[in-house]
Amino acid sequence: MSERSKFVDKEIRIVGAADKPRPPRDRVTTAAACVVGLFLLLAVFGPLVAPHDPNAVDPFNVNAGPSGAHLLGTDDTGRDILSRIICGTRASLTAPALVVLFSTIAGTLLALCAAWFGGWADRLVSGLLDVVFGFPGLIMAVLAAAVFGPGPTAPVIALSIAYLPLVTRVVRSAAMKERGLPYVAALHLLGAPTHRIWLRHLLPNLAPLVLVQATIGFGYALLDVAAISFIGLGSQPPDPEWGLMVSNGAPGILAGQPQQSLYAGLVVLVVVVAFNLLGSGLSRRLLGEGT
Amino acid sequence: MSPAFVATRLATLAVTVVIAGLAIHGALFLAPGDPATLLVGGARKPDPEVLAQIHREYHLDDPFLQSWWHWFGNCLHGDFGKSLVYRDSVGHLVAARAGDTFALVGYAAVLVLVTGTLAGTLAGLRGGRTESFVTAVTAGAMAIPTFIMSVLLIWVFAVQLPWFPVYGSGSGFVGTLTHLTLPAVALAVSWVGYVAQVTRTSVRTELRSEHVETARSRGVPESVVVRRHVLRNASGPIFAVSGVGVAGLIATTAVAEQAFGIGGLGALMIEAAGKQDLAVVQAVALLFVVVFVVVNTVVDLVSAALDPRTAQKGRA
Repeated sequence: MSERSKFVDKEIRIVGAADKPRPPRDRVTTAAACVVGLFLLLAVFGPLVAPHDPNAVDPFNVNAGPSGAHLLGTDDTGRDILSRIICGTRASLTAPALVVLFSTIAGTLLALCAAWFGGWADRLVSGLLDVVFGFPGLIMAVLAAAVFGPGPTAPVIALSIAYLPLVTRVVRSAAMKERGLPYVAALHLLGAPTHRIWLRHLLPNLAPLVLVQATIGFGYALLDVAAISFIGLGSQPPDPEWGLMVSNGAPGILAGQPQQSLYAGLVVLVVVVAFNLLGSGLSRRLLGEGT
Repeated sequence: MSPAFVATRLATLAVTVVIAGLAIHGALFLAPGDPATLLVGGARKPDPEVLAQIHREYHLDDPFLQSWWHWFGNCLHGDFGKSLVYRDSVGHLVAARAGDTFALVGYAAVLVLVTGTLAGTLAGLRGGRTESFVTAVTAGAMAIPTFIMSVLLIWVFAVQLPWFPVYGSGSGFVGTLTHLTLPAVALAVSWVGYVAQVTRTSVRTELRSEHVETARSRGVPESVVVRRHVLRNASGPIFAVSGVGVAGLIATTAVAEQAFGIGGLGALMIEAAGKQDLAVVQAVALLFVVVFVVVNTVVDLVSAALDPRTAQKGRA
């Protein structure tokens, strides 16, 4: 393609923004969306479809390999691993969902304030975020667990704060650009109140970016929450939760019984990769960027 | 690198450490009930006399800033208070555990710096199949978190291939090295992937750039082009991302220590958190934050010295 035709092609696209060609079918993103959807369903209906009670102990069937009754085998107290993974979906996904929800809402608000008011508000927000950024999420979660006692609540609060800088930085720079666009100035001149410009115009325009950020952030939050459960400061036994299952199964590995740890770890990886792929697929489709 | 940039970064460092100190000390007062119970170790029923003594020792009845300064100032002097759960001074506990963490993070950092940059450079320079292979492997490595890599390594090396010990931190140089190999790999793996990816991209970008083309057309031998034009220019982003990686290792070493039963600072912090012994958790958390922030600041400053444009960007 010559320089000229490239240029012309670009021009046409801008003029005919409405009839932008549909992006080609993206099988990877569709597959990732299916995996995510499946696990969301399991989070809601898991206890209904699980073949066994996740906490039912079977002392005569401890550390059993896969069989017809127990498709993934049993753990060190004879509980069905498949049922625990299925029922653990709810706890494993709720905590990261809350982290993403809190950090996204607070981060978007902070970003809008920083971009809208500029000046000292902007400097205050960025300074605050620099400080939060210096506090690794895991350390914050351990501190929170020490204060409030073990359990998923304290780590969720700590991680929500730790994730603020990531959300805010991205949204802030997009909001800055958006604020500089002529339509915002036009709305101002028309006398539109600030809250209406935010709710009706800025937020809807930023929504795709926020959605992409939240999707990718979910994967990271899931990993962090699982790691905190793994070190024993998140969900507590006997609750089924994936990170906890990985650590529960760890002693069994040395005895040649790796199934609990490996299957739970594998599920974490699959879900995290699915969220990442879905996030980058959404970013391509909604924002037209990414590789 | 302007003095203003250095001053700003150092001021941010100081402010971050002070505010982190405020947050860590303030955490005491967030919990319901008497903060002194947290300093005794929340699991036991302490008697009122001990609590009263703690109140005096930590100045808990004074205004917040005063009690904070008492604790923070003592920490700056190396006095971290004492743990009633471990019946030892926190400084002792930390000193006894710091060596293992230092060795583990150092080992993992060497892995990240050497393996990550070498793999990335190789992939970037060679191109073709090598590049696709390295890209695929490192993309996979990036996705594996420390705790899952730990159980995978324990499974493979404890059961399948008994080459490396999977528990404890060993003694002597060789003992430590073999004991820390698997934890260091588990800790480093995702950062190796990350550094390799960034290295590959920046080497590729430089290879395609006009100044490299010009150097080639001037007849500069390829080896000199690679060394003087490609690698030297690519070194900025590579250094920056490696620094972020090393800081990340400090932040997550606790998980690897816990998984492999290494009695380092991270494991101490987790153990103390489980026992709600806040005297220890506070000291170790502060230490981690300080090291994390110092590493990040040093990386920023060195990056700016290598390439003054980054300092400009940081200020804009």
